[in-house]
Amino acid sequence: MAKKLGKMVASSLFWRGVASIIVFLVLWEIGSRSKEWMAPEMFAPLKSLLGALGFKKDYLPWIGTVPAPSGVLKAWVEVIGSAGYWQSAYMSFFRVMSGFFAAMLVGIPFGLALAVSRTANGIFFPTFEVLRPIPPLAWVPASIIFWPTQELSITFVTFLGAFYTIVINVLGGARSIDVRYFQAAQSMGSSSWDIFRRIILPGTLPSIVVGSAVGMGITWEVVVAAEMISGGGSQAAGTGGGLGFFIWNSYVGGSYEQIVVGMISIGVAGYFSSELLRWLGKYVTPWLRVR
Amino acid sequence: MDMRAAGPSGSPVTRGRIVIDDVVKVYDPEGAAVMAVDHCSLDIEAGEICMIVGPSGCGKTTLLNAIAGFHDITSGRILLDDEVLCSAERPKAEPGPDRIVVFQNGALFPWKTNLDNVIFGPVMQGKLDRKQAIDKGRAMMADAGLSSVEHSYPGEVSSGMRRRVEIVRALMNDPRVLLLDEPYRALDSLTKSVMHEALLEIYYKNKVTIFFITHDLEEAIFLGHKVAIMTTRPCKPKKVLAVDIPHPRDYSVLTSKRFRELIEETNDAVHEEALKAFQAGEKEG
Repeated sequence: MAKKLGKMVASSLFWRGVASIIVFLVLWEIGSRSKEWMAPEMFAPLKSLLGALGFKKDYLPWIGTVPAPSGVLKAWVEVIGSAGYWQSAYMSFFRVMSGFFAAMLVGIPFGLALAVSRTANGIFFPTFEVLRPIPPLAWVPASIIFWPTQELSITFVTFLGAFYTIVINVLGGARSIDVRYFQAAQSMGSSSWDIFRRIILPGTLPSIVVGSAVGMGITWEVVVAAEMISGGGSQAAGTGGGLGFFIWNSYVGGSYEQIVVGMISIGVAGYFSSELLRWLGKYVTPWLRVR
Repeated sequence: MDMRAAGPSGSPVTRGRIVIDDVVKVYDPEGAAVMAVDHCSLDIEAGEICMIVGPSGCGKTTLLNAIAGFHDITSGRILLDDEVLCSAERPKAEPGPDRIVVFQNGALFPWKTNLDNVIFGPVMQGKLDRKQAIDKGRAMMADAGLSSVEHSYPGEVSSGMRRRVEIVRALMNDPRVLLLDEPYRALDSLTKSVMHEALLEIYYKNKVTIFFITHDLEEAIFLGHKVAIMTTRPCKPKKVLAVDIPHPRDYSVLTSKRFRELIEETNDAVHEEALKAFQAGEKEG
């Protein structure tokens, strides 16, 4: 582990990544402070140019209104000790995980059934295909109506985000297993159950991993939007409504630095969930590691 | 002298005789009615290496699939040791471990290690428990020079190695017939020559009937007791040649006078069919 880390730190790729993040932060800082450094007289031509182009004269367009990274960091240090921030992160994480695992639990067997059984396919696939294009967020009002708690309705919408992707990947993966594997297994005396367990399941596993990774990304997108729309659940405003509500609440309260804190928190949380899945995926498909 | 009559211990091979009797296969008889196999008859002795030579797409694989039980036939019948595999009444044979196919591009399960692939058949059939199967599998892999790749995945080893693993996997089922569908097609010619000798070596140790499809005449004459040159679609034997070069053979055979004579004798027939197939392709294109 330490060796691997040492190797990583020594590689030019690693330092290029670090440099790119630093450059990005510096440019951002400079851009957001444009109101300050553009005050002197010497920037008058630039200001009039901005004015001529139809922008506000006092600062650089777009970036000039965004809180600076230093301010964001300060806001982060302030909230990082507060229970509300952690409660929000935890709530979102919890919703993502419950929705995601429910989607795996239902989606994988469902996808396999669609792939294996012509009857199941005939009965369920048309309905599935009609429901699939409906964006999960379009379900928010309906799910608030028919689920007893706010919590369940947000989780349900999160579930939908991952469910369709997982089913489609499992179905496609199972369908694309090479017919020779079936023929070989059949020749060597496998029963239908053996073929399902030893050919279809492992043959679909790589697609399950891919579907989960994509599905995980979608659940983070969905959970944040659902929290914003639904008002963040039953908790008191601002504390523990999830990261989506944290962002919305910061916006309403005029704390722009905190908006960015919330956004970056989601980025980091999403990255770690995907990384966890990638690691798990490699673990369950060892034969793909060697390529 | 004639190695085909003798098993590993010198006893004659008594099982694995295939009789293809007037087999016809028409694809899509209601519609396009493409005749793939046309009244094809061929006898393959027990323990014989029978090479089927023909241009790509001539219908050789259709015949192999009929024997394996993957496809049905339209009429005629195929017998294995006087037992009817398929006929007009029962057009599709039941696939079984007595007839194992080694596929063109290989069909080792990529998610299983080579050893787990090798023991798949006996464990599935309940003939051996896992431990016994592992012992037998390791012994057979050692015999084929594959001990070093037991715990690798098929994706980790060369394509030549994969083919050998697949042949060992087939032999683990103790089949009466090995059906090889252009197994060395994707290999470079150097690897191919090594594979030929390796196949013969495995064959001398485990006598089974081999039904080997190829489009390479040299490969056919080098390996086979019998070479059946097939006509292009529809497929049936155009010329059946008994190769009188004694087994065991090694690569010195390739430069022998008799080998060259046999090539010359058959080259015209093969070339003629290849040309026909090419022209048919031109017309279709």
